[in-house]
Amino acid sequence: MPLVLALEEAYAEAKADPAFQSDLAGYLASYVGRPSPLYFARRLSVEVGAKVYLKREELNHTGAHKINNCMGQILLAQRMGKTRIIAETGAGQHGVATATACALFGLPCVIYMGAVDVERQAPNVLRMNLLGAEVRPVTSGSATLKDAMNEALRDWVSHVADTYYLIGSTAGPHPYPLMVRDFQRVIGAEAREQILALEQRLPDALVACVGGGSNAMGLFHPFLADEGVRLFGVEAAGEGIDGGRHAAALAGGRPGVLHGSHSYLLQDADGQVLEAHSISAGLDYPGIGPEHAWLRDVGRARYLTATDTEALEAFQLCARLEGIVPALESAHALAKLPEVAAEVGKDGIVVLNLSGRGDKDLATVAERLGAKA
Amino acid sequence: MSVARISGRFAALKAEGRAAFIPYVVAGDPDAASAWRILEGLPAAGADLIELGLPFSDPMADGPAIQRGAARALAEGMTVAGVLELVRRFRAGDSVTPIILMGYFNPILSYGLDAFAKAAGEAGVDGLIMVDVPPEEAGPLSFALEARDIALIRLATPTTDAARLTTVASQTQGFVYFVAVTGVTGAKEADAAAIAADVGRVRAACALPVAVGFGIRTPDRAAEVARIADAAVVGSALVETIAQEIAIKRDPVPKVLDTAAAMAQAVRSARVSSWP
Repeated sequence: MPLVLALEEAYAEAKADPAFQSDLAGYLASYVGRPSPLYFARRLSVEVGAKVYLKREELNHTGAHKINNCMGQILLAQRMGKTRIIAETGAGQHGVATATACALFGLPCVIYMGAVDVERQAPNVLRMNLLGAEVRPVTSGSATLKDAMNEALRDWVSHVADTYYLIGSTAGPHPYPLMVRDFQRVIGAEAREQILALEQRLPDALVACVGGGSNAMGLFHPFLADEGVRLFGVEAAGEGIDGGRHAAALAGGRPGVLHGSHSYLLQDADGQVLEAHSISAGLDYPGIGPEHAWLRDVGRARYLTATDTEALEAFQLCARLEGIVPALESAHALAKLPEVAAEVGKDGIVVLNLSGRGDKDLATVAERLGAKA
Repeated sequence: MSVARISGRFAALKAEGRAAFIPYVVAGDPDAASAWRILEGLPAAGADLIELGLPFSDPMADGPAIQRGAARALAEGMTVAGVLELVRRFRAGDSVTPIILMGYFNPILSYGLDAFAKAAGEAGVDGLIMVDVPPEEAGPLSFALEARDIALIRLATPTTDAARLTTVASQTQGFVYFVAVTGVTGAKEADAAAIAADVGRVRAACALPVAVGFGIRTPDRAAEVARIADAAVVGSALVETIAQEIAIKRDPVPKVLDTAAAMAQAVRSARVSSWP
């Protein structure tokens, strides 16, 4: 506990410090490449029957929204005098973003990654190694993201004095869910300004995929007070909710506590945590950020699900219609565009968070499409 | 009876002039039948109190040995209800050895806090250690347990500062569990000199007995801790013994009880001459 309390205090100070904020804004502009464009997807709009804008987070350095949070936390880590960084990763996107930030500041970096994911995501393991990070495969439990997080927590409590744990999603103990949301909030803040400039009005709906929930929370948060803006999160339904092989904590879980968060959780009747399943390793987390659980329970946001198959179809559709190969994670959000479009109508404006690019998923997609042919 | 059973045991040991030996095993490891024979045999092997691990899928404060022990127990179908049944059976034949359950919050939350406290009290559980429930979040659990006279035993670590130690001391019941290493169970051997200083800090803040756990792997170290603290907890060394024995297809029960007996003997002989 003392270490999360110290983090909470340090973050509150940093958040209120204009020097910290301007430092972060500088790196986001010159290193990450912000602001990311808000792009009107003309052909996709015709296809789904609404005016669709894509928030192009996949154009960020390292190819996903993950780097926004890493830049914030790495500056905080240095402010706290920490000299060693650890992180967990599922698909490897957060691991790559963390390794990148560590290379930028010359900090030693250890990434915990489930042994199963190390196999599935070999190119990202190579990227992390090239960036100077040490990737430690985790073989305990189900050898995926939640186990990587367990192992990172074990490392953290064993090296409290010098080590900073850089969590990649709106998960883990307070203040992580809040802090990660704050660092990802730039997505929604930019999108809000951009859509007002382009359309002179707020959008009718926002759509984003949800694993732990950081990209969705970052997009949603600046719009929470705008009651006319409907919020849609899309969870990964894997092979289908009914069969039990999915990653949809809201649709198929119940309240529980994991990694210091009280939220919806995939678990069996005895409270043992179940392994999540999704074609997209980045959505493979059995929990969900507690703020999403709250938004759902108070009725402010709605949460839909997309299966592996639906995500794969949307992945290909986006590539063909827009010349953009999306991450399989983002493809879950794309898959639900027709459903959202039906609600807002053809003049309705939808902003979708294209949270990452799909280069990392080519092997997975090739395997799935090849298997079908 | 519950909190009183813990206090009574520590008071009796104080009168004897020695520290307590507290073995930790995972309930249901490596299977329900063997786990029962281990539990049943521990008092005769010298256990003064017993810590029984509630197996959890994600034991993030535990090292590899106890992680694997929990996985073995879960694979054999152990549940919260199964753990309580084990305690009930034990309590039918032993009304004096305190049983402390140690584990993680989610299975308890899933069972229902009040329902768990009631069932645990009826089974004969005396105390609970919840690794992932800090004092800030302990309210509902604490109320539920208090209604059934079950002790909620709090943890202190080398990084617990003076202000926090005051909170821990004011809230713990039965004893304080001092985690001797900054790390996970079984990871490394605790440094005796550092433990002595920390136990001194805990004693200054709290009048209750101080048990020391994490990083006690040998009888020698158990004896050293027994000279400093009111109890020495040994877990990973026992759970590793189970793993080693089943790896060579041997019944693990005799060797686990032998290992426990050696630790108990070391604790018993540690202070006989130095205690007033």
